[in-house]
Amino acid sequence: MPIEPFTILTSRTVVLPGANIDTDQIIPARFLTTTTRAGLGEHLFADWRYLPDGTPRSDFVLNRPEAHGCRILVAGGNFGCGSSREHAPWALADYGFRAVISTELADIFRSNCLKNGLLPVIVDEPTSAWLIEHPGAQVTLDVLAGTLTLPRGAAVPFALEAFARHCLLRGLDELDYLLERRNEIEAFERRA
Amino acid sequence: MAGAPQTLFDKVWRAHEVRPESADSPAVLYIDLHLIHEVTSPQAFTVLRERGLSVRRPERTLATMDHSTPTLTAQVFGGAPIALEAARRQVRELEANCAEFGVELLGLTHSERGIVHIIGPELGLTQPGKTIVCGDSHTSTHGAVGALAFGIGTTEVGHVLATQCLLQRKPRTLAVNLSGELRAGVTAKDLILAIIGRLGVSGGTGHVIEYRGDTIRALDMDERMTVCNMSIEAGARAGMIAPDETTYRYLEGRPRAPRGEAWERALEAWRALPTDALARFDREVELDAAAVEPMITYGTNPGMVIPIGGAIPQRCGDAAFTQALAYMGLAPGEPIRDRPVNVVFLGSCTNARLSDLRSAARLLRGRRIAPGLRMLVVPGSQQVKRQAEAEGLDRVFLEAGAEWRESGCSMCLGMNGDVVGRGEYAVSTSNRNFEGRQGSGARTLLASPLTAAACAVRGRVTDPRELM
Repeated sequence: MPIEPFTILTSRTVVLPGANIDTDQIIPARFLTTTTRAGLGEHLFADWRYLPDGTPRSDFVLNRPEAHGCRILVAGGNFGCGSSREHAPWALADYGFRAVISTELADIFRSNCLKNGLLPVIVDEPTSAWLIEHPGAQVTLDVLAGTLTLPRGAAVPFALEAFARHCLLRGLDELDYLLERRNEIEAFERRA
Repeated sequence: MAGAPQTLFDKVWRAHEVRPESADSPAVLYIDLHLIHEVTSPQAFTVLRERGLSVRRPERTLATMDHSTPTLTAQVFGGAPIALEAARRQVRELEANCAEFGVELLGLTHSERGIVHIIGPELGLTQPGKTIVCGDSHTSTHGAVGALAFGIGTTEVGHVLATQCLLQRKPRTLAVNLSGELRAGVTAKDLILAIIGRLGVSGGTGHVIEYRGDTIRALDMDERMTVCNMSIEAGARAGMIAPDETTYRYLEGRPRAPRGEAWERALEAWRALPTDALARFDREVELDAAAVEPMITYGTNPGMVIPIGGAIPQRCGDAAFTQALAYMGLAPGEPIRDRPVNVVFLGSCTNARLSDLRSAARLLRGRRIAPGLRMLVVPGSQQVKRQAEAEGLDRVFLEAGAEWRESGCSMCLGMNGDVVGRGEYAVSTSNRNFEGRQGSGARTLLASPLTAAACAVRGRVTDPRELM
């Protein structure tokens, strides 16, 4: 699947401060009956975003006018825990997010983000606390430098393994890398 | 370094490295068994089709349907259409994909169909030392036999279909050392809930857990699967238990386990898998299993758990905690015992094996569920269902006033229309009490099959030891 290369992103943030937001909140199971990837953004955080009759809840952060156009989500710790559903990053990306910042992301969710050009950014507690206290802050994420730049210019480094950085910068699909290992895979199968 | 002591995890990992990880690239890990289901596979098959790829090892791939499938007999076998149009489409699409790509499918009416994590072990496909993946986080269940088994996303489902391999960073190891005998009325479910309470819901992130100690050795395979199943609820992608005589007795003679000479060769290899005496784990945690009480959750993640006789804790200034209690309609300091219950769900990959049904039936025999309460019993597989019926367990449930269904994930995640109503309290033997997990606005209390049965009889949160 073609992925848009990710180099530098400057955007205002949307903040969801609570810890342990699970993938059932990001995209409830009743929306997993789709057989395509498209169109899940509409159902992102559905049970928090809409009333039972389908009208938007004015008190939910994504329904406020200032959330419009924000491409970076700042979330509490252990964001994306629970189900392995890739529909969670699909919904976030389809809505328009390109990065998620937290002190900790669940393993499978983080892996799924990287497959979909959604940048997972792990920061320390003080940086996270500052971001949570300043919703709407304009920040810059630089994948090559591995830095998050806050509004007053302080650049905070974030860890990203070399392979993930390489794939994000070029919009590479990991499947191509695996397909290129065909000879090694065959050799492994012969000796196994 | 040759000869260096290794953990069970290290041994399985190393034996599957097509290419070890380096500073520049993750490991290429070979996958022995790939289980697929109707919800997380359609988009992966679409990628294969778009790119003109085939399934590299169809014989290492097995498909079934469980997540969105109906549990009403008429919709499974009776020719009635599947009520949910979207579920019907997913079932048809999996049938078409398996036919097109040559993948074996245990379809809707197949006698060996069931929840994917129940049928793998049941068929004897789940074996020690294997790498096993599935597009489902509870794949950790299969680690109970000493396999390295973990959940993956749909893009990775496509990677495994096309290459039989995954790109993975090597996780760290965490030993959970358990000692002491479980008390009467305390089950493997209570044990794993107590472990999650101790580790927290992200305590295992980045790690593979190995459950060890005399408590684990004394558990049967069904119980070990319950423990490994919920590893992901502590954030660990995989949980493992070293194979032993209990494991071999369980597997021997199963339809897809090795036979004859192949069985002897397999046994020899499996006996070399347990963690070496001097091997080091990255972290170790100890827990006194003899002190574990029947456990029940009170909040909106599995780490929010207390002994059933306990009170809901206070956590001042924690907004997420306050929000969770508001959702649950509970207050700090209150006892959980005697809270009214509307629904009891006995099912899921955590607790829908034969021994789970037996345990609940023992308590329900000769009793009725409380007036107005709904109890749904959903066996983990069609084979579990037939075995239970042969023992007359279905009669016990039906005479008690419960519903007896065809197998599937059902009310664990409410995808198939089996849902808990808004604001209702459900005592559930499943694995997740997230907001809305069992239906929009549903409030889930996770507990053991024994506790669930006791709650069904009283219509209130009840310590099962009062009815034993």
